[in-house]
Amino acid sequence: MKVGSLNDAAPASEGKSKLINEKSFFGRFTDRASESRGKVIIYSSALLMIVAVVAITLFLTIQGLRSFVVDHLNFWTFITGTEWYPDRTKNPTFGAFPFIFGSLAVTFLAALIATPIAIGTAVFMAEIAKKWGTKVMQPVIEILVGIPSVVYGLIGLSIVVPFLRQHFGGTGFNLIAGAFVVGIMILPTVASIAADSLRAVPDSLRQASFAIGGTKWQTIWRVVIPAAGSSLLTAIILGMSRAFGEALAVQMVIGNARDLPKSILDPSATLTTIITLSMGHTTTGSLLNDALWSLGLILLLISYVFIVIIRFLGKRGESR
Amino acid sequence: MNSKVTNRIALSVIFLCAAAMAAILLSMLGYILVKGVTSISWHFLTTSASPFLAGGGIKDQLWNSFYVLVITMLLTVPIGVCGGIYLAEYAKPGRLTSFIRTCVEVLASLPSIVVGMFGMLIFVNYFGLKYSVLSGALALTVFNLPVIVRVTEDGFRALSRHQKEGGLALGLTRWHTIKTILLPAAFPSILTGVILSAGRVFGESAALLFTAGLSSPDLDFNNWNPAAPNSPLNIFRSAETLSVHIWAVNTGGIMPDVQTIANGSAAVLVISVLIFNLIARMLGKVIDQKFSGK
Repeated sequence: MKVGSLNDAAPASEGKSKLINEKSFFGRFTDRASESRGKVIIYSSALLMIVAVVAITLFLTIQGLRSFVVDHLNFWTFITGTEWYPDRTKNPTFGAFPFIFGSLAVTFLAALIATPIAIGTAVFMAEIAKKWGTKVMQPVIEILVGIPSVVYGLIGLSIVVPFLRQHFGGTGFNLIAGAFVVGIMILPTVASIAADSLRAVPDSLRQASFAIGGTKWQTIWRVVIPAAGSSLLTAIILGMSRAFGEALAVQMVIGNARDLPKSILDPSATLTTIITLSMGHTTTGSLLNDALWSLGLILLLISYVFIVIIRFLGKRGESR
Repeated sequence: MNSKVTNRIALSVIFLCAAAMAAILLSMLGYILVKGVTSISWHFLTTSASPFLAGGGIKDQLWNSFYVLVITMLLTVPIGVCGGIYLAEYAKPGRLTSFIRTCVEVLASLPSIVVGMFGMLIFVNYFGLKYSVLSGALALTVFNLPVIVRVTEDGFRALSRHQKEGGLALGLTRWHTIKTILLPAAFPSILTGVILSAGRVFGESAALLFTAGLSSPDLDFNNWNPAAPNSPLNIFRSAETLSVHIWAVNTGGIMPDVQTIANGSAAVLVISVLIFNLIARMLGKVIDQKFSGK
């Protein structure tokens, strides 16, 4: 069946050519079937992607709506309430706002921390030191991307948290610690995508800028960055979506308080951390369990928002 | 301010950013390796974890990590490669194709904990697989599929058109051309991508928390019967992996040497990921040399 057998067929000139009569009747039959069999395998694999996405969305939505439909929690008080006391025997309350707020706060703070360094690195790699950029920084970034998130969490736990405790008091487990750990974690992702988008800017623009006497910095700031525009933004938002979905690294350093944080030095919690912490201890079908699935649904929906934004930016970048 | 001065200042700031990035990597790797390698010993790698006492090792967790990785790859690679072949060779531009592309993108950008929750809902509860190696591997399959699909598609697209046309001109059918000409030619780049993704799967934790579980039965490494409940090969037993173990000992561990265990495990994890990275990189280089004929 190997292509190589065509070569073998050539010297065996006596008798019939192997090329034509290689297979028996039955062999030819299976070969014809193999074409459609291959097609079936390929198409069903492709369909499996659709099935996976639809199943994830559908099942998480159904399970997430249970607390509103079956347990009759009020949707509005669920997402705006600030008190999460599900274990009180008398009048348990489910207010998820502190977690939604915590997730968004961690995401934006992380982007704030990561963006300048990441974009700076990207500019360095793509504009200033191209050789260094590809020889040294690219491998550095690839290794950073590969480091598992729990390791980032562990480093946060053993370096960032003690540092904050010493200099700002408190336990050191707080919102900014979480944002910092996640910010470092998304750095390489943002930097490598940003560098790619800067590299995609055509050289003629740079040459034009240099020709009218622009300095290197003026060229970068006024020409290259605006030209890369929306794809740079895509890089940042991709980083944010990763920060938003991170669970364990944040959980290890954020302090896991159920109250709304008053400052960035207060312990806090996010959607992912509360799910991580509580999901294992609840029984399926209990009120708390349903409420946690609703948190999961919110997580899924906000992730979809990120995906839609990224797609929108990508489309705009293409059409230009 | 003079534009030349601005130029100088701005460029030095950019240089600082890049230096900061490199410094972060070096200090992180240095911290993990220096702190961790001292706690790695033969004893640490070959003893089972102890829930209360000091001196526990990571034997079972390390085995589980590799075992879950292997099962995941067995499931992911065939499906992912076929999906990639579809997108590269069979997909006609149109609604269905763009929808499948969107789905791959969505799968790639879903948070891993969402994938873990889905795994818990479907594989653990609905299919009744409980916390097990298989549930974990299935969840990781969902998580890893889009990566393999992309890698395969890129590998196929990078091939020269002539190879495909040559096959078709010989009268081979499309599937036969793909199977016997294109796939072997794209194999090296796919393999590189697969190894890189293995590093990602190896370190994944959030998706495994609710699917592979937080505990591991006391494995008996003399019992290789896959049906035995304490056999390392049993795919229906719960399996705490190394990265989950790091998280678990840090959040709820009560043994006195939590720090040592966590640092040692992290070092093992990082070293494994680095090895995956190195293999992929070397493979890439060798293949590049072979193809460019140097």
